[in-house]
Amino acid sequence: MTGWIDALIQGVLLGGLYALFAAGLSLMFGVMRLVNLAHGDLIVLAAFAILVIAGKLGLDPFVAVLVAIPILFVIGFALQYVLLNRTLGRDLLAPLLVTFGLSIIIQNGLLQLFSADSQRLRAGAIETASIPLGGGIAVGVVPLLTLVSAIAVIVFLNLIFYRTPIGRAFRATSDDLEVAQLMGIDINRVFATAMAVAFVVIAIAALFLGLRANFDPTIGPARLLYAFEAVIIGGLGSFWGTLAGGIVLGLAQTIGARIDPEWQILAGHLAFLVVLVIRPRGLFPRAQD
Amino acid sequence: MAILQTRQLTAFYGDFQALYGIDTTLDAGETVAIIGANGAGKSTFLKAIAGLIHGAADSVLLDGTPIGACAAADIVGLGVALVPEGRRLFPSLTVEENLLIGRYGRKMAGPWTLDRVYGLFPVLKARRHSATPTLSGGQQQMVAIGRALMSNPRVLLCDEISLGLAPIIIADIYAGLPQIKAEGTSVVLVEQDIVQAMKVADRVYCFQEGRLSLTGRPRDLTREQIHRAYFGS
Amino acid sequence: MDDTAAGPSHSFRIKTAGRGSHAALAAVIVALLVLTLLPLFAGRTLIQDLIFLFYMLALAQCWNLLAGYAGLISVGQQAFVGLGGYLLFALTLIGGLNPLLAIPLAGVIAALFALPTALVVFRLRGAYFAIGTWVVAEVYRLTFAQIKPLGGGTGTSLTPAVTSSVPGIEWVKALLDVRTPAARDIVSYWIALALLVATLAAVYLILRSRRGLALGAIRDHEAAAASLGVDIYRVKLAVYVATAAMTGMIGALIYLQKARISPDAGFAVLDWTAYVIFIVVIGGIGTMEGPVIGAIIFYLMQRYLADFGAWYLILLGTLGILVMLFAPKGLWGLVAERYDVTLFPTRRRLIAEARPKS
Repeated sequence: MTGWIDALIQGVLLGGLYALFAAGLSLMFGVMRLVNLAHGDLIVLAAFAILVIAGKLGLDPFVAVLVAIPILFVIGFALQYVLLNRTLGRDLLAPLLVTFGLSIIIQNGLLQLFSADSQRLRAGAIETASIPLGGGIAVGVVPLLTLVSAIAVIVFLNLIFYRTPIGRAFRATSDDLEVAQLMGIDINRVFATAMAVAFVVIAIAALFLGLRANFDPTIGPARLLYAFEAVIIGGLGSFWGTLAGGIVLGLAQTIGARIDPEWQILAGHLAFLVVLVIRPRGLFPRAQD
Repeated sequence: MAILQTRQLTAFYGDFQALYGIDTTLDAGETVAIIGANGAGKSTFLKAIAGLIHGAADSVLLDGTPIGACAAADIVGLGVALVPEGRRLFPSLTVEENLLIGRYGRKMAGPWTLDRVYGLFPVLKARRHSATPTLSGGQQQMVAIGRALMSNPRVLLCDEISLGLAPIIIADIYAGLPQIKAEGTSVVLVEQDIVQAMKVADRVYCFQEGRLSLTGRPRDLTREQIHRAYFGS
Repeated sequence: MDDTAAGPSHSFRIKTAGRGSHAALAAVIVALLVLTLLPLFAGRTLIQDLIFLFYMLALAQCWNLLAGYAGLISVGQQAFVGLGGYLLFALTLIGGLNPLLAIPLAGVIAALFALPTALVVFRLRGAYFAIGTWVVAEVYRLTFAQIKPLGGGTGTSLTPAVTSSVPGIEWVKALLDVRTPAARDIVSYWIALALLVATLAAVYLILRSRRGLALGAIRDHEAAAASLGVDIYRVKLAVYVATAAMTGMIGALIYLQKARISPDAGFAVLDWTAYVIFIVVIGGIGTMEGPVIGAIIFYLMQRYLADFGAWYLILLGTLGILVMLFAPKGLWGLVAERYDVTLFPTRRRLIAEARPKS
């Protein structure tokens, strides 16, 4: 029984990580209808960026991420402004294939620079610290921090979307591209800003990816799939739905792993397919749209 | 003095030519109505001015400066705002957010503020936090006009603001026009309702199949002339 | 001239063959003959290279039919390559069937798997469909990794008894006086050639059929096609299942040739989808000629640049992005635009002709 309760708790905490992966993707879906096949690789890229900054400047990863965030913000803005904006407004194929190409470039670029060796962000004692909950169940500090960060990121994104002028511009652009321009909204800038914000979320996701487990240049695509599944399970268009989707996925994986460790990933995918069959619009779809 | 002019304005949708060499002038403070049958090119004309479709750079002049090649987002900043056909409010924004986004590209000080728009259309104030899809058609049209006014435009382009509305609602909306004009705003109205157009316009342009078929002051035009300009002979 | 009095001055006819297609037909027949007889005088390396080229081209034609014509952009076709490969292994190693029989059977079973798969992934539209197919391919990979009789996660090999049981090997050995491995390659080469020709013919016939017309309509404008009574769902489903069958058979052939399969190799997104997409996009999506050009370019790059490893893949990705941005119709699109040629006349053209005055 304790084992099962533990699995549930760990599942929710793992869901926090998947919600972090998914939040950036959800933001891109929401504002520019961009399905970014390089999303997982971008998270891995950001993890390497934090690793390098932490190593070169001798910083704790939690500080290194603060250095990485403004850099990634600029890279995200430039990537959208220079490259990805050119692919939008045409057919589906252009954004898909350009981000697919990007995914291959990032993976192999990282392989070239860092080899296929596993890496990890080192943060000292906090890595192994845990809080006992009694009854033989303990919660790791890093997993707990991941979930708290996921909630914080989603609160932060909701504040941007619903309390600021740029958030209004995000929603207006997503509603009606043509009329948004009539309001004086420069959609190229708005999209680039959205991507820059998504890159901040990617940086935070990368921090916890690297703290919780080993990473190497090839693990990006699997992270893309988890992120995508969380977004679809939660229902498009709602950040809180994305959090819920991440938790559902995390639960499915830990419960699967509890039955047989080899079934962890498969159980997550199957949960996604089941949701897709039963509720194609996700568990918490936005009312309109 | 002319504030807005079009000079041999042509427009295409792909291979289809929608406008053929349109010459028009809008004087400061003037209200001009564009009338014509469906498909005559009236909406295309407004879209070309607003920068949603592009002709030659010097085919649209604002204060004598060519703006025909400017992006729609920049034209708002120059003081030309369009109330699009079918209202096209942002459904995920509330009434007040729809109004506020109207200021996004032109944060000019001017007569129009949230309070002034609520003064112009008092019914909107009570619904300020409502989602726009829950509003009636007339209220939605008021939001669309208010949204355009929030950029304090010098030229206001209105596309079919009476379409699909009951006469009493149309009267409510047109009751706001004198207040808009009183701020010195010039207005171009595309209007199916000829009677309404004739009532408020200083001058009328009639389009027929992408060409200008008649120009004049409402009181100088005969019924017969308008009929011919509408439908051809 | 008074048009209304004289009646319409133009007549219209529908034309599918473009300039060059009749000459092309002759060229295709000659090329086929040469390719069939090639093993009589070509070396073993060339034969092996051509097998690779043939199955990559066949896969590219399938993906092109799916994405370029039906608008179903899948990044999960590796599901059916791996499935076909594993079916071949299961049918021959466990079922004791002859490989030559197992290949078409793998196609049929792949189609049967494709039906329920489609029911799930068709719930996702457009770009979401793409990632959905990828998830499904992962499910296939992880599931086959659980099947212990087929080697689980590490995979398994075909026994020499199976690989040499393909009919014709003994005959080739006697006729051409070669050793068993070379004879096996030659027979594989012929199977690959036959499969490629069958794929090309199938794609060509589908595109020229009524279904093919419907596909063009869907690609051009989905809503309009629906309003004209095209049952989009059924047409897309048919294409999805048909390409799954073809892809499954190609997968079976690939792994007959490789003689060793593992979940990671059989369901590799890079080998069976990324490369295939690259071929189609570089050559020109939505045409039958494009993938041919793309496959040849890919083959040459693979042959001369693959040793550069990661740099080679970075180059492939960059080229793909550049073509998508600056020449979205691919290399064949550039050629066809400039010279107005078609080799595979799949497109119907409306020809307006001035009426001769009588």
